[in-house]
Order: sequence, then structure tokens, then C-alpha cells
Amino acid sequence: MIPALFFYLFSAIAVASAVMVISAKNPVHSVLFLILCFFNAAGLFVLLGAEFLAMILVVVYVGAVAVLFLFVVMMLDVDFVELRQGMLNYLPVGATVGLIVLVELALVFGSWVINPSSVSTRAAPTPTDITNTEALGRILYTDFIYYFQAAGLILLVAMVGAIVLTLRHKEGVKRQNISEQVARNPATAIEVVKVKPGQGI
Amino acid sequence: MTEIITALLFWVVVSLGFMSALLIIVAYLLWADRKIWAAVQMRRGPNVVGPWGLFQSFADLLKFAFKEVVIPDGANKGIFVIAPLVTATLALAAWAVVPVSDGSFFGLVEGRWVVSDINVGILYLFALSSLGVYGVIMGGWASNSKYPFLSALRSAAQMVSYEVSIGFVIITVLLCAGTLNLTEIVLSQKTGLGTMLGLPNSFLDWYFIPLFPMFIIFFISALAETNRPPFDLVEAESELVAGFMVEYSSTPYLLFMLGEYVAIVLMCAMTTILFLGGWLPIIDVPVLNWVPGILWFLAKLFFVFFMFAMVKAIVPRYRYDQLMRLGWKVFLPISLFWVALTAGVLVAFGWAP
Repeated sequence: MIPALFFYLFSAIAVASAVMVISAKNPVHSVLFLILCFFNAAGLFVLLGAEFLAMILVVVYVGAVAVLFLFVVMMLDVDFVELRQGMLNYLPVGATVGLIVLVELALVFGSWVINPSSVSTRAAPTPTDITNTEALGRILYTDFIYYFQAAGLILLVAMVGAIVLTLRHKEGVKRQNISEQVARNPATAIEVVKVKPGQGI
Repeated sequence: MTEIITALLFWVVVSLGFMSALLIIVAYLLWADRKIWAAVQMRRGPNVVGPWGLFQSFADLLKFAFKEVVIPDGANKGIFVIAPLVTATLALAAWAVVPVSDGSFFGLVEGRWVVSDINVGILYLFALSSLGVYGVIMGGWASNSKYPFLSALRSAAQMVSYEVSIGFVIITVLLCAGTLNLTEIVLSQKTGLGTMLGLPNSFLDWYFIPLFPMFIIFFISALAETNRPPFDLVEAESELVAGFMVEYSSTPYLLFMLGEYVAIVLMCAMTTILFLGGWLPIIDVPVLNWVPGILWFLAKLFFVFFMFAMVKAIVPRYRYDQLMRLGWKVFLPISLFWVALTAGVLVAFGWAP
């Protein structure tokens, strides 16, 4: 009974906050609702018995990605009223495209036949003798090790690319060289000058 | 039905009891923090309310609670009010998985002393401590003022940066322990370097010896993650007045400060659990192992907090670019190297659990 209660609670909040993401006037509110939505998705993962995925969702998406989202949205100061001004002009085109996609989706899912035997494979029971994290790790680092490594390499290339694109070495900027500062000693840093009275250096 | 209600009541009582004990400890740690700081600067510190100023924190609580809540005119009211609640709630929620002892306490309590003994405890702690940044960002943005906003931006960058090295430190400990459960991480420190040499179970087995550089990195990153001095750039008075809390007063301010201190004590508890053997006695011999585990845990927690307080009193504040350099150019490569080294050593000698 309690899991069912929490399922409806989490899903209702997730759907409501997803609606608020696109309907909120203030873009910062939108991002905050998106975070609420992520959070409730993590709650649903916990109910499914996938606690590792739930925690990773919170750490990666809520703790890092959404923070950067929020950062950008706060700094950009997007004026949504201005963006919405031409809405009526584009409404017919947009509505037509939306309608076509809806019909296509209806046709695809209407004619979709689910193989009865696939239901049992989909609902694979959560392993009872080993923990969730261990089960995921065993699959990831044995059966799917090459895909896992490839995904890691792609991320590495993306990171290097982002750094290369944004790194600029400006000329004439004074930079701090920590090792040089630490290596300073009285012999090189101080110069003792005898100044004769009445004369400058 | 009745079983559900009794179970629910039991957890409510346990959680409330745990939380009140935690809040009382935090109140006295706050007092101790000010006393230590004062002693280093040759002042007396709080000494008026109660004997030796022992009731100072409670007097402050009353003062905050009875003041007027001022919400600035241009502020985004909803978020302005929610921000301190987010900080305080997240900081308190993290304590749900922190184990404080194990075993029997004169027959009164049995088993593990933890509100919720989940499999992924350490990930839960990591997730919630990474969410702490939201209270700061929301508060800074909603205040609709320049100083809070600047402070929120720089503190968000700081907290996200130091999470990376904290993550790697946690991974090295997990590699040695072979579990994500906090109780089992502590129990895995019963055997280690010392027992390999044939000594009885003692402090030589704890992870702070084999992972000493990681211990130091974790301690410093914990200071940066909780915005403690010398990394308190979020409220650097000389640059930003009071940082993201400029516009806050009364109870919302109290909630921010409470959340901050609860997070600091949480970091002390995490240091204790990951590196200092949790509630394990210093040497597992009679007399020392008759002391209840909770007392050992609290003693270690207070010791780590004392180090936090001494750092606050002694070390001058970092400059922002130096802070970023330390996080990305020093801690990140060292911790990454140690993850690889630890994994290599564990596999090469067959010590991997």
C-alpha cells in the first residue's frame, strides 16, 4: 500500500512539474521545476528497486548538470515575453506539424503488437542475493566493457574538444607562477643598497 | 494495518529523537567553535548566558526566532522563502543514513544504530551534499541584489569544483572497503595494515594510514564544500558584505546558519566513518572496548570538528583564483592518480575485497 501511495505521489508531482517547466513564465522557475521533476524521477527509480540509478541521477543531473543550467539561465536574462510575441503568426504551421506527428505516433502505436514472451524479459526481477550496484557493475565491466570504454572515450574527446575551443593564451597577462614564488629566497629577493644621505637611489 | 502504523510511529520517534540529539550537539559545537576561535585570538568568547556561556546558542535561537522576517521589495518571494528551507532540510535529511554505532548498548538497543541502513548510503550522502549548492544559488538569485548574486555564482562554482575531488576520495575508500554501505565501510576497517603485521585490531587498521594523502584532500575539500574558512569566499565580508545572506534576517537566516553547521558536522562524521574507523576503539583491548561505540564515534567527531575550528582560527582566506587552482590543478590530478594507484595495488596483491 505504501509503495503504491508513493508511486502516485512521485508520478503526480513529476508530471505536474514537467507541465510547469514549459508553462512557467520565469525561466529560472522553469529550471527549478525541472530539478523537482528529476528528483521525483529519482524517487520512482527507488520504488523500482534501482537505488544506484536513483542516486546517480541525483548526483549527475541534479547536482551538476542542472546547476550549470541554472547558472546559464540566471546569467542570460532571457525575455520570454519578447520571444512569445510572434506566436500567433507561427501557430498554424506549428499546429499542422504537431498534428502530423500525432497522427504518425497514433498509427505506429496503434499497429504495435507486443510479443507476449517479451513481457517476462522486460520485468527482470531485481537480484536478491547481490546488491543493485554490484549487479550493474558485473554487467557493465564484463559483457559491455567495450561499449563502456567507447562511451568513456567519447566523453573524453568531448571534454578535450570543449577545452581546446575555449582555451586562449592571452599575451601580456600577468600570471601567478606558484613554483617560482615558493622557490624565492632572501638571496634572490632582497637587494641591500647603501644610500648616501641627501641623494636618492 | 496496525503493524504499518506501529512501524511508522516507531520510525517517527526514532527520527525525531535522532534529530533532536543532533541539533543539541550542533548547538554545543557552535558554542565550542566560538570558544576555540576566541581562545586562539586571546579573547573570552561567549561567557554571559549560563555558566561559561553554555546557553549562548539557545539564546541566539530565541533572538533569531523573535525578530521580524524582512523580505525585500524586489525579491522573488517564493524562492526567497524556500531557499533557507532547502538548505536546512537537505542538511538534516543527509543524517538519515549516518550510522553512529553498532551492537548492543546495555541491552537497550541492538543491531546497527542508524535510521535507515540502505545499500547505497555513501552515494546518498554524496548526492545530498552536492544538492547543498541549491540553497545558496536560490537564495542569492531570489534576493534580487548584486552582492548576493555574485556570491551565489562564485560559491556554486566552488562547491561544484570540490565535489569532483571528494568523489574521487570516496571512490578510493570504496575500492578498499568493497561496499557502499556506511556501516560495512566502518566494519571493514576492523582489519587492515595492523592486522597484516600480526598486531591486534587497532587504529593502524583504519584507512587514514594507507590513504593518508586522500585523508588530507578529503579534509580540505570538506572545508571548501561546506564554505568554511579559509574557503568562505561565499561570505567574504571585505568583498561581498555577507554574501548570499545579505538580505536574510531572523528565522530564514537562522535556517541558513543551521543548515551550514549541520552540513559541517556531517562532513566531520563522514571523515570519521571513511578514515577514522567510525565507532571502533583505538585499540581493541579490554577497558578500551568496554566504552560504548557511540562515545568513540562522538570523540572522533569532536576531534575532527576541533581541527575544522582551528583551521578557521589560524588560516587566512584564500583568493578566488588560488582556490580554483587548488581544486582543479592540484587535488584533481592527485586524487585521480591515487584512484588508479589504489586499484592497481589492490589487484596486484590480491587484496581487493
